[in-house]
Amino acid sequence: MIEVEQLSKTYQVADKTPGFVGTFNHFFRRKTRDVQAVRDVSFTIERGEMVGFLGANGAGKTTTLKMLCGLIHPSAGKVHVAGYLPQRRQAAFLKQITLVMGQKQQLIWDLPPLDSLSVNAAVYGIGEKEARYRINELAEMLEIGEELTRPVRKLSLGQRMKAELLAALLHRPSVLFLDEPTLGLDVNAQARVRSFLADYNRRTGATVLLTSHYMADITALCSRVLLIHQGELIHDGALDALAASLSPFRQVRLELNSSASPEDFVGYGELEALDDRAVRLLVSRSELTVVVARLLANFDVLDLEVNDPPIDELIGSLFRKGRVV
Amino acid sequence: MGRYLLSLKRFWATALAGQLEYQANMLIDLLAMVGSLAGSIFVLSLFFGQGRELGGWSWEAALVVQGIYTFLDGVSSTWLRPNLSAIVTHVREGTLDFVLLKPIDSQFWVSLRIMAPAGLPEIGLGLVLIVWAASRAGASLSLGTSLVAVLMLFVGGVILYALWFVIAATSIWFVKTWNATEVLRAVLASGRFPVSAYPPTLRLVFTLVLPVAFLTTVPAEVILGRAAMPMLVLGLFLAVLFFLGSRAFWLFALRYYTSASS
Repeated sequence: MIEVEQLSKTYQVADKTPGFVGTFNHFFRRKTRDVQAVRDVSFTIERGEMVGFLGANGAGKTTTLKMLCGLIHPSAGKVHVAGYLPQRRQAAFLKQITLVMGQKQQLIWDLPPLDSLSVNAAVYGIGEKEARYRINELAEMLEIGEELTRPVRKLSLGQRMKAELLAALLHRPSVLFLDEPTLGLDVNAQARVRSFLADYNRRTGATVLLTSHYMADITALCSRVLLIHQGELIHDGALDALAASLSPFRQVRLELNSSASPEDFVGYGELEALDDRAVRLLVSRSELTVVVARLLANFDVLDLEVNDPPIDELIGSLFRKGRVV
Repeated sequence: MGRYLLSLKRFWATALAGQLEYQANMLIDLLAMVGSLAGSIFVLSLFFGQGRELGGWSWEAALVVQGIYTFLDGVSSTWLRPNLSAIVTHVREGTLDFVLLKPIDSQFWVSLRIMAPAGLPEIGLGLVLIVWAASRAGASLSLGTSLVAVLMLFVGGVILYALWFVIAATSIWFVKTWNATEVLRAVLASGRFPVSAYPPTLRLVFTLVLPVAFLTTVPAEVILGRAAMPMLVLGLFLAVLFFLGSRAFWLFALRYYTSASS
């Protein structure tokens, strides 16, 4: 469904030194340099696959996604999506894909989502009856109802994201590009969006490429992940293989009753941060229960929280240590 | 084609609904429009105070020009200004991506997505002023003249649109610095008076470089029965040229957008 072969994208970036002189030089003798946002990326995604796309901020995820949906022309390499060349943006191609961006919205701010949906239905040439049927079907899957008749500006972020998904899926695309669809949502809303996506994929057999900063999104949805770092694809394979090597630690946050010093935590794990009474430790998964028990026994703990470290930090620490998968 | 018509209907229905959410705004827009029209008629009346003429135009004939200006200003308040200033927002906020991914012509979308009903009364007022002033000026409107007048009004609208659209499309390069739409509003404002009221050099500029003459003066001349055939042909030619130019420029700008945006 998606074929990418030695895809590269180079941007020209103008450098500017700060201050007036810098501005002057920038205006008259602009120095540009090439930045390779994506280099030599190749992968294939089969119909119906759900693939997670990971990488730190600026790694090239969004650039790749935009090349896949035809918003950016590649500098080199080949892309085929659903048998089309995305950059031509033919109507037949556009009717098969959709792009959802967590930080941008297409719904009309002052009107209920149903109004935006009626515009989309017209643009995609979906008849009124058919549109109503599809809206009902998707609304049921997304568990939204009367929110569709309330102005978008009065919806919560979670409700808005569901409505965005509905608007993006009304034309029944067979390829979904999701760029951080759960950004900023609370845990419940994230979980609901996730289960919807899984459900949608199961029912329609759509192909999904998903980027997210929340590891939980990826673990819940994708058995295969692509990891991109500084524009290069460095992992393409099962999630398990990546998770084990990426995240052998869990993050333990403590709030203590009295201040502590770094030496106090020798032997518990890797001390990430210590700010008076707030402590962040990286503890290996296998020792987690033992370490937590010891922490509770040896310190006056007010609060304790165990998390997966954010993907960005995981990937960051991975590269700092120079262990490339 | 049916899809485009239905889309247009939904575009404008939602735009209308969106603006009705803010009743006070609508009222203020309406008041501003009445004030602006009263102001420019007052200025005109000063010029013609002692039965003087303006560039060979009588008071009534100049009022026809004023009527056409009001009409075009209404068109720009209703469609041009809201849509074309939205292009700047689309580019700045990256929502142009959504437009480009719709299976519909993107120039069609960005040019006609919004309709601001606050400009509609101004269009009506302009038409009333045109008809009233024309009859006062003793123009006899046959069917043929009326059709040509409508055509030339359309020509004026297309020229204005194309100029405005090209400037708005440059926001793809000059994202934040360029609030372009006000520039064209100023150009249109120079069409409040007959072109012959301006000095000869400006007259030439307004005919050939920035064809303000075709926005208001030429349609007025048609209505008053004093239009010259070559000017009509030139106007038609310019309208087609400007429209095709705007199309080519948009496609060029998009190529830049799609190869440079992140």
